[in-house]
Amino acid sequence: MAKMIHSLFLINCSGDIFLEKHWKSVVSQSVCDYFFEAQEKAADVENVPPVISTPHHYLISIYRDKLFFVSVIQTEVPPLFVIEFLHRVADTFQDYFGECSEAAIKDNVVIVYELLEEMLDNGFPLATESNILKELIKPPTILRSVVNSITGSSNVGDTLPTGQLSNIPWRRAGVKYTNNEAYFDVVEEIDAIIDKSGSTVFAEIQGVIDACIKLSGMPDLSLSFMNPRLLDDVSFHPCIRFKRWESERVLSFIPPDGNFRLISYRVSSQNLVAIPVYVKHSISFKENSSCGRFDITIGPKQNMGKTIEGITVTVHMPKVVLNMNLTPTQGSYTFDPVTKVLMWDVGKITPQKLPSLKGLVNLQSGAPKPEENPSLNIQFKIQQLAISGKKCLAWV
Amino acid sequence: MTDSKYFTTTKKGEIFELKAELNSDKKEKKKEAVKKVIASMTVGKDVSALFPDVVNCMQTDNLELKKLVYLYLMNYAKSQPDMAIMAVNTFVKDCEDPNPLIRALAVRTMGCIRVDKITEYLCEPLRKCLKDEDPYVRKTAAVCVAKLHDINAQLVEDQGFLDTLKDLISDSNPMVVANAVAALSEIAESHPSSNLLDLNPQSINKLLTALNECTEWGQIFILDCLANYTPKDDREAQSICERVTPRLSHANSAVVLSAVKVLMKFMEMLSKDLDYYGTLLKKLAPPLVTLLSAEPELQYVALRNINLIVQKRPEILKHEMKVFFVKYNDPIYVKLEKLDIMIRLASQANIAQVLAELKEYATEVDVDFVRKAVRAIGRCAIKVEQSAERCVSTLLDLIQTKVNYVVQEAIVVIKDIFRKYPNKYESVIATLCENLDSLDEPEARAAMIWIVGEYAERIDNADELLESFLEGFHDESTQVQLQLLTAIVKLFLKKPTETQELVQQVLSLATQDSDNPDLRDRGYIYWRLLSTDPVAAKEVVLAEKPLISEETDLIEPTLLDELICYIGTLASVYHKPPSAFVEGGRGVVHKSLPPRTASNESTESPETAPAGAPTGEQPDVIPTQGDLLGDLLNLDLGPPVSGPPLTTSSVQMGAVDLLGGGLDSLMGDEPEGIGDTNFGAPPPAAPARVGAPIGSGLSDLFDLTSGVGTLSGSYVPPKAVWLPAMKAKGLEISGTFTRQVGSISMDLQLTNKALQVMTDFAIQFNRNSFGLAPAAPLQVHAPLSPNQTVEISLPLNTVGSVMKMDPLNNLQVAVKNNIDIFYFSTLYPLHILFVEDGKMDRQMFLATWKDIPNENEAQFQIRDCSLNAEAVSTKLQSSNIFTIAKRNVEGQDMLYQSLKLTNGIWVLAELRIQPGNPSFMDLELSLKCRAPEVSQHVYQAYETILKN
Repeated sequence: MAKMIHSLFLINCSGDIFLEKHWKSVVSQSVCDYFFEAQEKAADVENVPPVISTPHHYLISIYRDKLFFVSVIQTEVPPLFVIEFLHRVADTFQDYFGECSEAAIKDNVVIVYELLEEMLDNGFPLATESNILKELIKPPTILRSVVNSITGSSNVGDTLPTGQLSNIPWRRAGVKYTNNEAYFDVVEEIDAIIDKSGSTVFAEIQGVIDACIKLSGMPDLSLSFMNPRLLDDVSFHPCIRFKRWESERVLSFIPPDGNFRLISYRVSSQNLVAIPVYVKHSISFKENSSCGRFDITIGPKQNMGKTIEGITVTVHMPKVVLNMNLTPTQGSYTFDPVTKVLMWDVGKITPQKLPSLKGLVNLQSGAPKPEENPSLNIQFKIQQLAISGKKCLAWV
Repeated sequence: MTDSKYFTTTKKGEIFELKAELNSDKKEKKKEAVKKVIASMTVGKDVSALFPDVVNCMQTDNLELKKLVYLYLMNYAKSQPDMAIMAVNTFVKDCEDPNPLIRALAVRTMGCIRVDKITEYLCEPLRKCLKDEDPYVRKTAAVCVAKLHDINAQLVEDQGFLDTLKDLISDSNPMVVANAVAALSEIAESHPSSNLLDLNPQSINKLLTALNECTEWGQIFILDCLANYTPKDDREAQSICERVTPRLSHANSAVVLSAVKVLMKFMEMLSKDLDYYGTLLKKLAPPLVTLLSAEPELQYVALRNINLIVQKRPEILKHEMKVFFVKYNDPIYVKLEKLDIMIRLASQANIAQVLAELKEYATEVDVDFVRKAVRAIGRCAIKVEQSAERCVSTLLDLIQTKVNYVVQEAIVVIKDIFRKYPNKYESVIATLCENLDSLDEPEARAAMIWIVGEYAERIDNADELLESFLEGFHDESTQVQLQLLTAIVKLFLKKPTETQELVQQVLSLATQDSDNPDLRDRGYIYWRLLSTDPVAAKEVVLAEKPLISEETDLIEPTLLDELICYIGTLASVYHKPPSAFVEGGRGVVHKSLPPRTASNESTESPETAPAGAPTGEQPDVIPTQGDLLGDLLNLDLGPPVSGPPLTTSSVQMGAVDLLGGGLDSLMGDEPEGIGDTNFGAPPPAAPARVGAPIGSGLSDLFDLTSGVGTLSGSYVPPKAVWLPAMKAKGLEISGTFTRQVGSISMDLQLTNKALQVMTDFAIQFNRNSFGLAPAAPLQVHAPLSPNQTVEISLPLNTVGSVMKMDPLNNLQVAVKNNIDIFYFSTLYPLHILFVEDGKMDRQMFLATWKDIPNENEAQFQIRDCSLNAEAVSTKLQSSNIFTIAKRNVEGQDMLYQSLKLTNGIWVLAELRIQPGNPSFMDLELSLKCRAPEVSQHVYQAYETILKN
């Protein structure tokens, strides 16, 4: 398990290795050739298998923000451990530089190096909490770099981070705000497969509560729900006291400072309230003809009086489709003839006039009649409504 | 103002310029220069030449500069060991720094410098840091012990660091505990025998307490360590489970999976009647499902593990089928895994939904995925009987799409459906035949040919169809050729009148024009069967086939149990034990599930049978491609042939083909029953009958019975494991060979290490050099229940068919039971073949010795034998090596000996015994034989007998 990550390579989409970090001995870049081979085979960047074996090493990789994080492993390790850690590295970059991109990493290469060294020691993760890291290595800001260059002070903290060893390693001590405030965002995502006839094959809600806490001192918070029964499958941030949840169904915690994900949960289809939109679609192709008809309409179902907004529809059209000639009643659409993806930015639904998109599809001549039910993907937002019907009761 | 400026190279002499900057007086400039050096390092540039200059910057109060220099040191110290010594003083000083951050940093960096000379200086500071008042330093030092151990294990043991590390398990700070556990686990991994992690209820309790308080990574270390512990009884197991369960709600999926591992393992010890057992099962499902909403990489690993969990305990996820439905934007590697799990979970209750999904998948774009989906439909049909009809009609719909690869996959699975439900769905054959032309893959062609042959009587133009395949016979793959041969023979037996010519044609193609031994042998066998006894041929070839069941790709139970212990590791991703792939395999310990302690349960095989599988059915298996023996003639391994098969007399050490002799004697015989079929001339490729053999093999039969009468009990080697349980789905076979009073036997010990009862044992030998064959069927009187062992002595004779093996004494054995057929090979000691009448007449000996050419003489040395001439002679005699004369030449004893093998080959020996050391003799052995290839093995027999 140890020496879990031997080396790390960061690779961009065009296959350049632009950063390498070795925790033990230097492993030659040529080990990445096995990765490139797999990448070539997979055709699509998203299909590169996460675990690749090579004669002397294992390569475990993740694909995030158009970058591959490829780690080199030499002994039997838990792959989830490595993958989780790599995602944590990417999260940290995002947190520090505002984006996890090749440019951002190259611009801050020394901080990146310091961070990697601080996060992992001999394969043992050391400090991965952003609160602690920020005490050890200060994130770059324009102001600070100006100040540093004038005063000659550095980005590296020289005292031991206070949270590191306390029983609440996620929070730093001595936090002070003039305005004490706490925000919670509840984001619920419905994951549903709906068949041609409109009935739901499978649906579940993936929800998260993200928090932004700016409170002084050591605040101890409790959060209770109207119907905690719905939350039977939850993953908690380590700050939540599990015992209290088990016995009283109350979230009780001392929060980290700043932004963090408090819980994520899943509500399965048994508890699901109806999906708030419906889609009617009809796509037909004539036999032996190089065109077809396309027609989709969207309408609200049961929206509890709230407006549905920010709707976008994505359709993966069959490969033989050359072009599409459509008219939307509202919003705008684009069709990418290379990826064959149709995107329709609908906007809001007004119940008086249901949005629709109609028109002709041009096919490659001579090609066989394609499949008539491509998959549709719909995204939308409803403000101030949790589909699962979860409501917060009280703050203490 | 960004770091990218560090990458801009100046015209020439970059290194030179950096050197100047590093030696600058200005602090700021120095720092910038070090940053440039680090930046070059990150892209793999070699900046090791700057080593002394960078090290000079080490002594500074500036923490950032210090850290940067340390980063550099870690990377390059190994390449500049002498220079690295320069840094030691600063390290030692930093370990005394009042700032704990600097103390920890120093000890951490020192551990990363893998230079022997430095490690010596590391010991004292490390010892102090392990006892530091600051827990941050202690936890860093704990990891450092593991690093040091990797560089110099002996040093760590001598310095007593291991004991200090063990003490840290009781530290008051949970992070220190977690790191100590991690370090100890790592060290223990390289010393599997050492008892480093001495887990007992007290230390387990400490670990469980620390588990609640340490960081997520620490929790993983502790959970993985807990998984190696074996609780003393079910109560302890339950209490550990109770304290581990909260980890299932952790946001870190690696923590969740490690917790799942502990629970899956300890559940094994809990009684199923316990309420708690049910509760635990319920608690396991949601976290596993949640793993599937994570990033695709995490999903993939989770799915590979769920695949194992579903096989071990299908009840956990049986209601969660829908979460495994494939999403259109899943990466392909996730899709394929989900499909696998869907089939494992398919049952009568959810089959309708599953089928509807699978049908959708079969119209997707990705070819691999579509193929797998079509196969999955077939597997559903075999697994859930009630759905078979729907599956078949779905497959027919798919065939109508005329998409080439869909059609081919569909035909392959329909063949299996026919085997599972014979005489039920044959109405679809017509549709299949329409697609004959589009089949271009061997597997699909073979499947189609099998169908045509099997149902020849219902297909009017079966002969035309098969004939059309025959045209390009030599271009087909072996799989198709074999299938075509069998199918045409079947056709012939069903419609003898019209297809004579066809069968002649295929037999001659297979036997004369083919270089493939499998094909040729099978061709000969059919040819002989047809020509000797067509009725028997019919019985054999058209015999009823055993039904197949769905569990063709289940992991065998012993391996599954081991893999359950490795949940969350690479082994669980590859579904192989770590010993099979981890480099070096340094002492990988086989892990096993703890035994159930509650007494009210005997076995758990019925439980592990997947839901929906009809119990009581024998799980026969779809023969895989390599399974030729089972596939051959559709013949099950029946009771072994006890009488001599077709040829016996032509025994010689050369290549003797089983069929060579018999074929021509059978030639021209008019087979009864099939009218006046005439088989053509024997193929010229068949070896001609071998002339008069040197020693008639048959006469040995009598020799054996009228043996010399000396009750000889030759040397019996100890039993060795011939077939490990890992390779034979839980059946372990060990054995040895004995020869007593003229009869040879194979002493077997069968152990059932699987979870299910084993019955229906049978054994068969492949042809071998001396015609060894079982003289009686393998009789295992009672079914072999799990963990039971039986000892069987199987009598052997030497009248089996002969084929020269390499090595000569190699014996290939097939053992069948209700689970499968297993193959192994073993080497038998040659002395079991030494017959009792091997004593040659003196005159004869002299004449023969002269007669055998000198190039047939082989010489060997046997060193350090503790016996004198007399004892040697006696000892050898008991193994049927007879001393004919004894001489003493210049103080050396010379023994002249003879022995005879079961096939009549004589071996003459001259044994010179010369005193070597005071108590040991050196023997010099000269062997003369007409078949010199046996000499080596005779010598080995000598050596074994004399040294035991």
